[in-house]
Amino acid sequence: MTGAVNSAVNVNAGTDARTGAGTGAGTNLSATDPAAMSATVNMNAGMRQSGFALGAVAVFAALMALSTWILLQVHGSGPRAQDTPALWLALAVWAVLAGLMLNRLALLQQPKPLRLLAPGLLGAALLFIWEVGVVGWNVPRVLLPAPHAVAQALVTRWEVLWPDFQQTAIAVLAGYAIGCGAGLAAALLCDRVDFLRRGLLPLAGLAGAVPIVGIAPIMVMWFGFDWHSKAAVAAVVTFFPMLVNTLAGLAATDAMHRDLMRTYAASHNATLAKLRLPGALPFIFNALKINSTLALISAIVAEFFGSPIYGLGFRISAEVARMNVDVVWAAITLSALAGSLFYGLIALMERGLTFWHPSYRQ
Amino acid sequence: MPVPVPTRQAVAAPSGRWVPVMLPVLVVVGTILLLWYAGAVGLNAPQVTERLNNAGNPWGWSDLVSAAWAMERPVLPAPHQVALDFYRSLVDHDIDNPRNLLFHAGVTLSATLLGFGLGLLLGVVLAVGVVHSPVLDRGLLPWIIASQTIPILAIAPMAVVVLGSLGYPPLVSKAVISMYLCFFPIVIGMVKGLRSPEVLQMDLMRTYSASRPQLLWLLRLPAAVPFLFASAKVAIAASLVGAIVGELPTGAQAGLGARLLQGSYFGQTVQIWSALVMASLLGVALVGLVSLAERATARLMGTRP
Repeated sequence: MTGAVNSAVNVNAGTDARTGAGTGAGTNLSATDPAAMSATVNMNAGMRQSGFALGAVAVFAALMALSTWILLQVHGSGPRAQDTPALWLALAVWAVLAGLMLNRLALLQQPKPLRLLAPGLLGAALLFIWEVGVVGWNVPRVLLPAPHAVAQALVTRWEVLWPDFQQTAIAVLAGYAIGCGAGLAAALLCDRVDFLRRGLLPLAGLAGAVPIVGIAPIMVMWFGFDWHSKAAVAAVVTFFPMLVNTLAGLAATDAMHRDLMRTYAASHNATLAKLRLPGALPFIFNALKINSTLALISAIVAEFFGSPIYGLGFRISAEVARMNVDVVWAAITLSALAGSLFYGLIALMERGLTFWHPSYRQ
Repeated sequence: MPVPVPTRQAVAAPSGRWVPVMLPVLVVVGTILLLWYAGAVGLNAPQVTERLNNAGNPWGWSDLVSAAWAMERPVLPAPHQVALDFYRSLVDHDIDNPRNLLFHAGVTLSATLLGFGLGLLLGVVLAVGVVHSPVLDRGLLPWIIASQTIPILAIAPMAVVVLGSLGYPPLVSKAVISMYLCFFPIVIGMVKGLRSPEVLQMDLMRTYSASRPQLLWLLRLPAAVPFLFASAKVAIAASLVGAIVGELPTGAQAGLGARLLQGSYFGQTVQIWSALVMASLLGVALVGLVSLAERATARLMGTRP
């Protein structure tokens, strides 16, 4: 996935860079190589771009403040239906200006932190449009609560949401650890016993097409309402991606590297520990990343089938029934934040352990 | 969510070599079935022994085993019980009877396909936008990736309730959940695919002074087709999961998810298992259909001799 983001230099810019660098004939200079771009950008331009970016952020903030102020002026204390044309106009002007600015900002690549600017500002803009739209058009709270209402619910209901979060987090972490551990162990076993690999791999592939979350009611029946049943579902769901990815990773080493290990008279275990497992790390981390969201989702879904009176999944289904949608969104925000944090931690670990991989090389 | 990269290597073994390919699979499946039967005895034993003791007659191992494999509400039903229930539900009732599993499969299938269609459309449109606009590329793509860390299934019950209260039929709300789950693999796969033409090919198109729409239609889209199908296989499985989870809340009366929930309320374990079997078969069939479409398209496009 990071590959898709990193290679995000469009082809026009790539060809410009090529002629700029004076190696016009070189087809080996890939159009998606960021290094070719940065070579043409000198320090001076970098400084100017930083200045431009700072200015852009300031203008962006000013625009947001201005349109909020206009809205407040137009609406006074509360929104009224006849004001919607004014709202349309204000939002349209704002969106056009923000779009133009983002268009310029998106092209900034040079000091590295600037790359975060475009997604960050776009996220802020979407949040802003959500807020203004919901408040301005008086969207029913049941349909979509405004971000400020969600934030409010998150703060006021924190004593309820925190135990919910803990309950679900225990289930997710336990299931994740068991599922990933078992998947890794099974993959190593399959690697040793080829017969098992040929028998298990097609079935594991089939498991990708099967909605495994459906075992949740059975697990609740077996392991009770507490977190153990949720951990069991998460463990089963995370097992197969880990198995398939690890096996693919173990098969991914070059024949030349394996031959080298053989010339060293390395044993099977030494080859595994020093060559094939490190070589499989990118695949293993891919599975760990996929599984981080899968485990969270399956634990929450399993809570729909029965849980003690806390847990994020329980909270969501209970508050939906009471039409307290802002609390539901607060629970979702909490789980999304936790999920992103979990994913980010694994991505950081990946960066530390697979620094040698081409996708991270400078 | 895995984003597969299509490979050229064919998976099909040469004909006449079914035995070495299938033997390990059959052995593993057989082992699983054996473990399952053993587990059915082990897990059901406490209830069975209690019942046998209450009956008062002396009983032996064979009584225990046969009773454990024939319980009405077992902790773990034996495979043949599930198979029998599955078969009965297909044969004993009409196809529009709620006791027929095909009826529920049909309800789930319609939501799955509608959601898949919507997700396919959204995914392709977004991918084309991402390839052509730097704002979408640098600004939106990171958010699309981040959106997948949101446990979106968590809002499934809410989407169903909210859209239902607005008067939309449950089919639409389930399809919306399916769509959210399946647009992501499509976007990622299609962005990769639309960028897959080489510089040389792009340059050739430029020497023909091809316009951007022509570049898209004549070079990028055909180049992206293998990527599209690889993503579609992941997406349609995700779409099925979305449709099933969408049926869990709101006490829906029809659909495989509703069947699972009813089974869980009333302790009908055999019913849960046969619904699971149906869901698995549906998933495998859907992915198989996409593979068939992939092969047909490849033949039409002449990429495979």
